[in-house]
Amino acid sequence: MSNEYLNLSQVGMEFPTKKGSFVALRDVSLGISQGEFVSLIGHSGCGKSTVLNVVAGLYQATTGGVILEGREVNEPGPDRAVVFQNHSLLPWLTAYGNVELAVKQVFGKSKSKTEIAEWINHNLELVHMTHAANKRPHEISGGMKQRVGIARALAMEPKVLLLDEPFGALDALTRAHLQDSLMQIHRDLKNTIIMITHDVDEAVLLSDRIVMMTNGPAATIGEVLDIRLPRPRERVSLANDPVYNKLRSKVLAFLYKRQKSPLVKAVA
Amino acid sequence: MDIKTKTINALEFSGFAWLTPAVRLVTGENPREQMMELMRNIALPMIAIAMFLLFWAVGASQVDTSLGKLPGPVQVWQQAGTLIEEHTAERERESRFYARQEQRKAEVLQEDPTAEVRIRPYTGTPTFFDQILTSLLTVFTGFLIGSLIAIPFGIACGLSDKLYAAVSPLIQIFKPVSPLAWLPIVTMVVSAVYVSSNPLFAKSFVTSAITVTLCSLWPTVINTAVGVSSTNKDLLNVGKVLRLNWMKTVTKIALPSSLPMIFTGLRISLGIGWMVLIAAEMLAQNPGLGKFVWDEFQNGSSNSLGRIMVAVLAIGFIGYLLDWIMLTLQKAFSYDKAATIR
Repeated sequence: MSNEYLNLSQVGMEFPTKKGSFVALRDVSLGISQGEFVSLIGHSGCGKSTVLNVVAGLYQATTGGVILEGREVNEPGPDRAVVFQNHSLLPWLTAYGNVELAVKQVFGKSKSKTEIAEWINHNLELVHMTHAANKRPHEISGGMKQRVGIARALAMEPKVLLLDEPFGALDALTRAHLQDSLMQIHRDLKNTIIMITHDVDEAVLLSDRIVMMTNGPAATIGEVLDIRLPRPRERVSLANDPVYNKLRSKVLAFLYKRQKSPLVKAVA
Repeated sequence: MDIKTKTINALEFSGFAWLTPAVRLVTGENPREQMMELMRNIALPMIAIAMFLLFWAVGASQVDTSLGKLPGPVQVWQQAGTLIEEHTAERERESRFYARQEQRKAEVLQEDPTAEVRIRPYTGTPTFFDQILTSLLTVFTGFLIGSLIAIPFGIACGLSDKLYAAVSPLIQIFKPVSPLAWLPIVTMVVSAVYVSSNPLFAKSFVTSAITVTLCSLWPTVINTAVGVSSTNKDLLNVGKVLRLNWMKTVTKIALPSSLPMIFTGLRISLGIGWMVLIAAEMLAQNPGLGKFVWDEFQNGSSNSLGRIMVAVLAIGFIGYLLDWIMLTLQKAFSYDKAATIR
């Protein structure tokens, strides 16, 4: 496991609360190789986001730790760019300005002015947002905002791209578009990606591996599923693919038979 | 965008949204509806103002004071005219005074080209409009100094919980103090500290400005601190992922996101500053509108109450104007153009 590109070893997370400490995660161990697309899936409150935040360095693991390319992760940095669920674009900057802030911060010393401008435009092109480069976040749709968020993360040339339910707040059609864009970007750039989702289809369609998490408190990895579907994948033809449907039902079985939603349990 | 849309946008931006139906009416858009809206926007306030003037006229004539009856709208209007006349007369006297000196200087120089001739400054009594100018200058100076202290301090408080916890009791104690209570202390300190043989500003000006500064501090400090500390956590996380340093976190994220709150604080500050300044000028006999009111009160002629009433209306109108300036600035600096700012 130690020769993996990104390694989470026995990550545990406790949050102090007024009623004593709350154990959110325990013993989360996972190795991810370079260029791999891994999804974390689980019911809400299972600590998926906590795992992502530990990898991002926004949280410090209480026990265990994260190693990226042989170095321990202990603070946030642009080598682990995050695409936040609610896009988190700076509302007073244009799409271009938002990407520019990231590019200038990461490459301000190594790239010339023209190279910086080219790199910003290149990344906006990757997510098909060149036409709205000079629009502010409140002037563009939710899907477009998320595209700019992805462009901003990609522009940092991260070692690992962290996606926190990136398409959760979008309608189904926009989501499908963005999933296709993301698959294409992954194919072209071969990024290492960790994505949080609660959408089973999204996880199976995009991932090389699906990490299924048990319910919290003290959530951990329940099962890891390899998705051995050939790429490029195409959603329409996969809909009738027996392997795809088998994988899909495996995830569904884990989520709804073995790890019932905490809400359902409360009602029953 | 055509001219019509541009005009309407400009009107809405500058706070004259009530005039937009007139623009639409001129271009023949839905005349009936626009007339109705114009009625509501213009006719209703006009009716209210007319009723106010009527009540004022009737009510004032019932009240007898030692200086005669309370002035009604007509007398006040006349006094406003007198004040303008006095102002132009004073200006004429001033220009004649300087012209006389220039003439004398020319004559002296003709006799003896090496002679040094001093031009003495005019020292006539300041008119109503001079006092308005003095007050405006004072309020802006005090407001500017206050804001220059309050905004950085507020940012520091907003960013550091420890600093805010430390200074919070002090802010809470000093905030409710009327700056007028400070006035004697400020006056004494200024007389003791501001000693200069050739002062750039008059002592009274410095005292008034500092008094305005004292009261314009707190709303800006508090609003800035709240604005900065309520910066969206996700945006701050973006800054962390980018490893922005402290300075850049402030200038690129915390400051822009708290700008609307800062402007709210500035607006409140300027409003309070203007109110307090008038009172401070009355109390300390410092030049300005407040002194004008006090002088008229002491003067006690039959016209005094009318002249004071003119000053009262002018104070109100200028206060409204100051607020309008701040509101327009706030709109200009606001990133979310869709938000309604009142």
